[in-house]
Formats: sequence, C-alpha cells, structure tokens
Amino acid sequence: MGNLHLETIESLQAKLREGACSSVEVVQDLLGAMEAVDGQVGAYLSVDAETALAEAAEADRRRADGKAGALNGVPVAIKDVLNVKGQPCTCGSKILEGFVSPYDATVVKRLREAGAVLLGRVNMDEFAMGSSTENSAFRTTRNPWDLSRVPGGSSGGSAAAVAAREAIASLGSDTGGSVRQPAAFCGCVGLKPSYGRVSRYGLTAYASSLDQVGPVTRTVSDAAALLQVLAGADPMDSTSVDAPVPDYREEIKLGMEGLTLGLPAEYFVEGTDPEVDAAVRAAVAQCEALGATVREVSLPHTPYAIAAYYIIATAEASANLARFDGVRYGRRVEGQDPIEMYGRTRAEGFGPEVKRRIVLGTYVLSSGYYDAYYLRAQKVRTLIRDDFAAAFGDCHALIAPVSPTVAYGVGEKTGDPLQMYLGDIFTVTANLAGLCGVALPCGFTAGGLPIGMQVLGPAFAEEQILRVAHAYEEATDWHTRRPALVEETVSSRQEG
Amino acid sequence: MEFEAIIGLEIHVQLKTCSKMFCGCANVTGRAPNTVVCPVCLGYPGALPVMNAEAVRLTVQAGLLLNCRINLFSKWDRKNYFYPDQAKNYQISQYDQPLCLGGSVGISVDGTEREVRLTRIHLEEDVAKNIHFESSSGVDFNRAGTPLMEIVTEPDLHSADEAYAFLQALKQILAYGEISDCNLEEGNVRCDINCSVRPVGQRELGVKTEIKNMNSFKGVHRALSYEIERQKRVLSGGGTIVQETRRWDDVAGMTQSMRSKEYAHDYRYFPEPDLVPVELTEAQVESWGATLPELPAARRRRFVEAYGLPDYDAGVLVAEKRIADFYEEVAQACGNYKAASNWVMGETMRALSEANMEVDASPLRAEALAGLIQLVDQKTLNMPAAKEVFQVLFTEGGEPKAIVEARGLAQVSDSGELEGFVEQVLEAHPQSVEAYRGGKANAIQHLMGQVMRLSRGKANPQVVLDLLRSRLDG
Repeated sequence: MGNLHLETIESLQAKLREGACSSVEVVQDLLGAMEAVDGQVGAYLSVDAETALAEAAEADRRRADGKAGALNGVPVAIKDVLNVKGQPCTCGSKILEGFVSPYDATVVKRLREAGAVLLGRVNMDEFAMGSSTENSAFRTTRNPWDLSRVPGGSSGGSAAAVAAREAIASLGSDTGGSVRQPAAFCGCVGLKPSYGRVSRYGLTAYASSLDQVGPVTRTVSDAAALLQVLAGADPMDSTSVDAPVPDYREEIKLGMEGLTLGLPAEYFVEGTDPEVDAAVRAAVAQCEALGATVREVSLPHTPYAIAAYYIIATAEASANLARFDGVRYGRRVEGQDPIEMYGRTRAEGFGPEVKRRIVLGTYVLSSGYYDAYYLRAQKVRTLIRDDFAAAFGDCHALIAPVSPTVAYGVGEKTGDPLQMYLGDIFTVTANLAGLCGVALPCGFTAGGLPIGMQVLGPAFAEEQILRVAHAYEEATDWHTRRPALVEETVSSRQEG
Repeated sequence: MEFEAIIGLEIHVQLKTCSKMFCGCANVTGRAPNTVVCPVCLGYPGALPVMNAEAVRLTVQAGLLLNCRINLFSKWDRKNYFYPDQAKNYQISQYDQPLCLGGSVGISVDGTEREVRLTRIHLEEDVAKNIHFESSSGVDFNRAGTPLMEIVTEPDLHSADEAYAFLQALKQILAYGEISDCNLEEGNVRCDINCSVRPVGQRELGVKTEIKNMNSFKGVHRALSYEIERQKRVLSGGGTIVQETRRWDDVAGMTQSMRSKEYAHDYRYFPEPDLVPVELTEAQVESWGATLPELPAARRRRFVEAYGLPDYDAGVLVAEKRIADFYEEVAQACGNYKAASNWVMGETMRALSEANMEVDASPLRAEALAGLIQLVDQKTLNMPAAKEVFQVLFTEGGEPKAIVEARGLAQVSDSGELEGFVEQVLEAHPQSVEAYRGGKANAIQHLMGQVMRLSRGKANPQVVLDLLRSRLDG
C-alpha cells in the first residue's frame, strides 16, 4: 500500500494532474487505511468499496479524456445524514435501519458533478443530536489522538476519519457546532458556512433554521476547495441564498495584513480549560504578528444562547422527526391501529437523547407555553444577531475558542446531558445568527490533544474567515501533525 | 321557544395548478395509486418544500374575486398532528398571517339578497387518501400536496338553504375565476360545518358542533337540516349540546357523534423554517387583478348588450361558466345569437342534464353546433331533421354536413318533387280537404304532416305549405 491517504485535496490534485497516481490508487490506499485503523477508530458506518473504486476508475477515464471536473477523482466521506441515491442513510438511528435513499442531496449531486468519488458513510450522533458521537445507535467512534476519548460530535465520524487519514476530506453538518467542535477535538479544519450558503436539500433535518452542510478537511485551502463546489443557490432549497460565490481558493491567499480581528470578551471567560484559553490567545498574538489589528468586542447576550438554541432546535426537531412513523419507510413496529404503531415504532426506533429533544421541543411549542419559550427564544435570537452585527461593524472577523474543553473521555459526560449542552456555548451563536465560522488547529495540550480555535465572520463572508485561517495556518504547523496510530499505516517504502 | 341557527363554514378548494403545492409532481387525478409522488410529497428524509407561485396567484385572485383584503406579507406555518395520510405528520399551512383577510359573497334566498362575510382565505397542502381494504389499509399519496385553499366564513348563515345558496354562489365565482375546477365528484371542494342554535333574542352563541369533510352541497343541506332540528329538539327538551365533532351518515340521513380522542388537538403551530415568507407588491396584486376573468353579473349584462339576448336567456347561460363559454363560441361561429341561445339552453342543456355530463366532456363541439344552426338558417335542414343531427353530434360527435349527407336528411325544397307528394295526399285524405275548405284552417296541418311523412321528413315545410295552399285555396 502507498501513502496517498496522507495527502490533502490540494497535494492530491497536483499528483493526479501530473499523472503521478490514479484515483483508483487513492481509493485503494484509503481502503487500506480503513482496514488498518477503523477497527480502532470506528469512523465509518458503511463503505461500498466496489462502487467507490468504480467511480474512481470513471474519474480516471474522465481525466484521460480531458474532462476532469474541479474535484475529479478526489474521494470524500459523507456523514450518514446526507442522502445518496442507492445508499443507506441511517442518520445514526435504528429507525432508519435498512432505509435506502431514492435520491441525491444537492451537495452530493454537486460533488458528483465536480467529479468527486463518494467514499463511504461516516458515523454521527443520532439525527445529529449530540456533541460526542456517543449517541450513535450503531457504534462508538474514538478520537484518533487518544482512543479513550470522544471525537466530538455530531459529525464525529467525519472528523475522526479525516484525522485518522482514512479520508482525505469529508462532509458534516453543523446545527450548533457539529462540524466545528469535532474538527477541533480531532485537529482538523471544519467549516460551517453561512445559513443559506449551501443547499440543505437532502440533508436530513435536525433543526431547519440552523442546519448547514460543511466540509471537514486537513487544511483551510481544502475547505475552500470544497466550499467552492458546494456553495450557491439551489432551486430545491428556498432558504438557500442567491449571493455571488467568490473564488475562495484565490481570495484566501490575500494574507492577514489590513484585517481587524475582534475578541469577544464573553468567549474568554472562566470555566474554559486554561490550556485552550492560552492556545487561542497565543494564536491571536500570532495573527497580530502577521499584520492583523486586534480589538476586544462584546456579545452581551451570549449567556442566553444555549437556552435559546435548545428551545429553537428542539422545537423544530420535534416536527422534523415526526415523519419517522413507520408508514412509508424505515423501521415499523406493528400495532392495533396507526397511533399504537407510531408509538411502538418510535419507542423502539429512537434513542434516549432524540426522545429527550422531541419531548422538549413538543413541550416548548405546546399551547400555553409557546410565548414563554419559543417566542422568547426567537427574540433572544434576534438580540444575538444584533450583537454580532454591532461587533462586525468594527472588525472583519472574530476569534474565539471552539469549545471550552478539549476531547473528553468516552462515557465521561453521557450521564449529564446538561453538561454536554453547555459545551456548545461558543458554537451555537453562529448558527443562531446565521454566520459563517471555521475551526482550525491552534495548538496541543501537554497531553497531546488538539486544541481548536474558530474564526467567525458575517453572513456570506466565508472568504474573509478563510483568509484569516489560511494566513494563520501558513504560519504554523499544527495541521501537519498526525496521530500516532496513523504511523502504523505509513509505508516506509514510499515515505520519503 | 323560537330558535335560530348560527352557521359558519370552512371550505377547502383544490386549486387548478399544473403542479403540486410544494414539489414538481403533476396536479392530476385518476392515476394508479402512488405514481404521482416524489421525495418531497412523500416526506422523505432531507426533502424540502418549494412554494408553488401559481397557487399563490390563484389564491390572491380568489381573494380579489371575493372582495378580500390581500396581505402583502404572509407566511407559512407547520400544523402538527399524526395521521397516516400526512407524509410529514405536519401540514404546511398558514396560521396567523394568511394571504387574504375579510371578504364577502352575495347570496339570494327566497328573493332576499344579502352578503355573507368571510373571515379569511389561506393556502395549504392537501393530505393523501387513506384506502381501507378488508384486512388492511393503504395510503395513496397522489393527492398529497395538492394546493388547497381554505375559505373560512363568519358565522353569518342561518339555515340550510342559506348555506346551500352560499356554496353555489362561491362555486360559481371560483369556477368563473378559473381558480378551481370545482368538480365535487373529484373532491375539488370539501366543506366543514360549524353549527349552533340559540333562542331568538339571546346574545351569546350556543354550543356548537362541527361536521367534517362534507363533499357535496346537497349533503351539506341535508346534514344542516338534520343537525339544526336535532339541536333544537335537545334544547327544547331541556338538554344541553355537547361541543364535539359529528359525522354525517348519508345513508341513515343523520349526524352521529364521533367522540374520538384524535380530535382533541393541540396543533403546536410554529413558523415553517423551510420556507421564506410570501412578500407581494401592490403592482403584482394589481396585475393579477387585471387578468381576472369576467364575473357572471358582468357577463350577463354583456350577453344582453352584445348578443341582444333577453335577460332571461343571459341569466340561464351565464349560470355556469363552461356553458357560457360554449354559448359564446357557438354564437360567434354561427352569427345567429338568438338561435345559438335557443340551442344551448334547449337541446344542449337538456341532453347534458339527461346524460349527467359537463359540456366539455360531451363529444358535441361548439363549431359543430354552429354548423348545424347554419344549415337550419340556410333551410338545408328542417327542425325535426336538425334535432336528429344534434342527437348524433351529442352522442358521437362529427361534422353536421357529413351527417346530413350520410343520413340523407337534406331538406327537399324542389316543388316539382314535392308536388307529387301533395297530389297523393290530397287524393288520400278527402275529409281533411273538405274540412279545410269548410273553414277549419287547422286541417291543413294534418295534410302537411302527411306530406312530410311521405318525404320522410325531408320536405321543406314552407314549400309544402305554399303548395298545399295554392292547391286548396285556388
């Protein structure tokens, strides 16, 4: 086996262009890496090797014919929440066990059109509800940097696969931090595009007004390459926005000079792991050294964000998940009448966290409680949006930690859902306000665990945050480090 | 004690759009179950709704026809409840900001005209159809997602007759506006009834019952007649009305309580996050208003003025839009407006009613009827022969001239040919000749009939009459 699984999209594309390797060889190396490490990491739920190899061969033929698309032959792993025609889409739930999707999500269609190879389906918290991937009904995914720890979530499989070098890149979804937080826990780059930047058609909904599909990659440049293909209005998604799509890969090269970065006071507070706080502050200093102006800003309504998020997200989820009833597809447990069938199907099909959120969401929408919870949460959402609008009046982007902690132990927080919810404090605000944000590595703890920072920007200013992130990444080498277990998969024969 | 009934209606009208409300599936009926479906109308994971702009236009146009205020800003909401005919287990509807507010419909009952006020009109998606077999049930999702307009009235109706008149008037306007086919057999129009009674003079409303899912106007009339009497009987007997949903049993001719827990709903409405609000401009609404078809009253006036028809004819012709359209086509093609009116009001409407058929479903084409009228005008056909041709046109279709030729129905006006028949008849019926000459002018009719018989109906009656007169009077 070769070492093509260690490549980034950028380096791989150069090799494919030069004819130094074929897409089939890339997929073979990735299948080899899965063979070597996935037994320990548990990132994948299903891999159709035959189809992936066939798609790679097809991509190689296209290249030979001079018809290579923007991502020709690049394998991408797909979170199991996105619909791919003819593939399962379990959403990490037993209720969709055996379901085969009849259609392609728009993002999947766009990847195909760009020539990408769909590599396999990666694990997640059930219906994207969770921050550790421990809520998957199928398997526990481990953090490649420390197998006793969680990879974060809900896109834990997406991040773990990229970190363990068993995927070059992957797609995740971010409703309250579900791309950025696992990327930070696993030492990857994770991008949450602005709400409306990327089509949600075919993304199984958790919370419709917050969900966005985003890439998990090893470098900022790779995230830009994927966004380039994913971004743009979609007639199938009324909430997608017809805003111009800049040339991200070029825009990100403009450097740090002339940018003003804001540090939200409410994101540098007690309760954050001191190593995380220190690493992010050091990264800010580095940005300053690279030519950015740094100033402190305030987002005063931050303390209400978690409450508002868990009201709005669960309210929407309670309706979004109502369709899983055993009538048309998926698991069905028979009953005397439809009502009993629904009850039994959903009792057996959903896990405890999903049930908790459905009950919570049903409660906050109930007659007599709507004004006190849902309506108030929407008002808080407006205030949070206003906070950010004021902050962005003074600066191009904000820098903050992704999570108050680094990856914690498997099972450490499962007994206390509220503690788990509080871990989302720095990420949910971008979703509530519809902003874009990118997480990227900015250091390691003494114990060798990755630390992530996030760069937040105004809606539809992805090129701005990616520019900051890219300039920082160019000046640092955190993103080049590999977890120890990856070394087992490195072939000494080809490793120069 | 004297009681009065207070009735409000909620009318669901399927719109005449090309595609469904939130997906690209065709808006059609009569297909094999679950063949007009897609991930969106089947509620598959990840599928998203996209608003049908044509349905919004039709609803706004309905609002304009019904004198509503059009909301330039309206939005979508989710109405949550579990039922197998609902793919998503929520229905996309409009809760607190519908497309149209207010409005009215004029009705006329027992010679009294008055306005029935509307509360609102909103747009939503229709549900699927549950089909029950012997030991199992199925769901046909072809209907799921059909654009459905809900018209809600104020509690302004007081009798079954008024409710019936209201529904007829509403249907006429919506059919005229080409908002809906309003085909009741197809389930295009369905109706929920709210009904209460109270002693005359009492201010507060009585307890109401709801009768759901009525699919015929006659059914609404019967159900209301029954329910009003039932409530009066209960109250007169000292009983109380229970607020509940009742079902109309058409066979038994009575409403029955359906005390089902399913109906104790908290719909948990909230704004639909998958769609953006509907924002219209004054100019848009104005341009939609400008393309509205002519309404019955205006058309009736025009028929009198442009075609010189008696007001009675005009009234009959415009009652149903399809008939009025058909009449105009015939009138314009043949040029004889009054004859066209006679043929449409007479033979055509009689034949349609006997066949229980809509005019566009019959093989009779307007230009064929116009051709027939012209043949009569040119005296190629006499009336009995024309009626025979009409019957063929109505049942089989075709060209009137071809039918006349094939059946040899052309009128004989050649007096040489007819003189022989006249001669024969005069010889065979001396008593009638005697009677006529004796002053009984009517006797000539009998003689004419005999000539017509000999000519097998083809003789030109005017020529025959002239010949008879010249022989008898001369």
